[in-house]
Amino acid sequence: MRDVAVIGVGMIRFGELWDKSFRQLISEAGSKAILDSGVAGKDIDAMYIGSMSSGRFIGQEHVGALVADASGFSHLHIPATRVEGACASGGLAIREGYLSIASGINDVVVIGGIEKMNDVAGTSATETLATAADQEWEAFFGQTFPGIYATIATRHMHEYGTTKEDLARVAVKNHSNGALNPYAQYQKEIKLETALNATMVAYPLGLFDCSPVTDGAASVILCAAERAKEFTDKPVKIIASGQASDTLALHARRDICTLDATVNAAKMAYKLANITSKDIDFAEVHDCFTIAEILAIEDLGFVKKGEGGKAVENKITTLDGEIPINSSGGLKSKGHPVGATGVAQIVEVALQLRNEADKRQIKDARIGLAHNIGGSGATCTIHILEAT
Amino acid sequence: MKSNVARFWREIPQRYSLIGNRCGACKRTYFPPRESCPYCRRKSIGNMMDLKFSGKGEIVSYTIIHVAPEDFEEQVPYPIAVIELEEGPRVTAQIVDCDINDVKIGMKVQSTFRRIQEDGYIGAIYYGYKFKPIEVNK
Repeated sequence: MRDVAVIGVGMIRFGELWDKSFRQLISEAGSKAILDSGVAGKDIDAMYIGSMSSGRFIGQEHVGALVADASGFSHLHIPATRVEGACASGGLAIREGYLSIASGINDVVVIGGIEKMNDVAGTSATETLATAADQEWEAFFGQTFPGIYATIATRHMHEYGTTKEDLARVAVKNHSNGALNPYAQYQKEIKLETALNATMVAYPLGLFDCSPVTDGAASVILCAAERAKEFTDKPVKIIASGQASDTLALHARRDICTLDATVNAAKMAYKLANITSKDIDFAEVHDCFTIAEILAIEDLGFVKKGEGGKAVENKITTLDGEIPINSSGGLKSKGHPVGATGVAQIVEVALQLRNEADKRQIKDARIGLAHNIGGSGATCTIHILEAT
Repeated sequence: MKSNVARFWREIPQRYSLIGNRCGACKRTYFPPRESCPYCRRKSIGNMMDLKFSGKGEIVSYTIIHVAPEDFEEQVPYPIAVIELEEGPRVTAQIVDCDINDVKIGMKVQSTFRRIQEDGYIGAIYYGYKFKPIEVNK
């Protein structure tokens, strides 16, 4: 298996981007990554595009070829593949690109992650997101996507004494990081009271426990590590890629408060990289809801099961803490254009490892992890990156 | 997005009567029914037996939905829970016939046949299970 490196990254500022189309979002992010990497069209062997539900959000499927076309590669006939795993579509696209290079088939691969969510009304967006849950045995009965994570939160509070304040502190911390990120949808700090008093979405989760509906795109250029220096003097090595699956429905899982897909993908990734969770300096984790960040830091092994709720209060996960989590602002503050999220996480980890994260730069960052979840935990991808 | 009525019709035995199945090899129970047992796999193929669940169970966790999908908007706020049936499997369903503030983890519940959604573009009304508290003191 060959080593793989990230040789270029690019993303646009996430938000409600009314004046930009799907094509514009992805070609803008892609152009930035290509310029950052130094590759030219003739160098590119393949494209992998992560998009959860372009069909429902903009009525357009077949977006692998569409993105290659919009990027100006149609006459080069580059193989272009769309990858889907709900909110983990971006992480899966990264992994497919990684595997294709590690296997020796490709040398240079463009990864794109994209979701244009604001072209449909709010209720349609909610219903589309709920397609990541089990339609026949959860959604049919009136369960919603926030409702599923809220069900996890209720149980976590019951078993471990986690409080609504603990949840709110995750949102406050991520907004404080996002305020330092020029790509974030909300570059604004929030008060604990604001989060606590927000309108209820699904008890115990209020509006500020939920990531927003976002338009956005991100892109990463991957390259066989042995050729990386041809294109850049600042490659970042991917030292492991892990992936795991679980039941689609929350109720069918072994434990309501553990995402076993995270546990298993992490096990795979740590083993490949020959490290433990203690060797990770910082991580971007999938905080689609505040409770999801708490689960992630427990299931990745950064804190013990049940202790995730107190991690912000104990300054473990803050920007200057022992393991900074979501320096980008996370999905909560940076925004969550579902298919783009997993790719944007790799952008942030690479910027941190290149020491280019400006005001939110983590000191002495050497090894970073990106954790992307699909649905309520039926799919998980984990990538571990190391500075060179 | 509305679906053809067959999508709902084919699940009637499960949604109306809580019919799942049991693995003939290891006796584990499943709801909804499975083609094979994930633990016994090839030994279980052709050896899965229908099982009607009693409908008695206990709330494992729950939420109160305040922002609902379009078809459920008129019902908010409503409680929805993960329920562990006494035979083992867990299901997701609404909790009815009680004050939403009384819904608790550990509450004993019993399934009840109710209207779930209605008025899709084909005009069908969809029925299925909800759960109500078992009044233990009476």
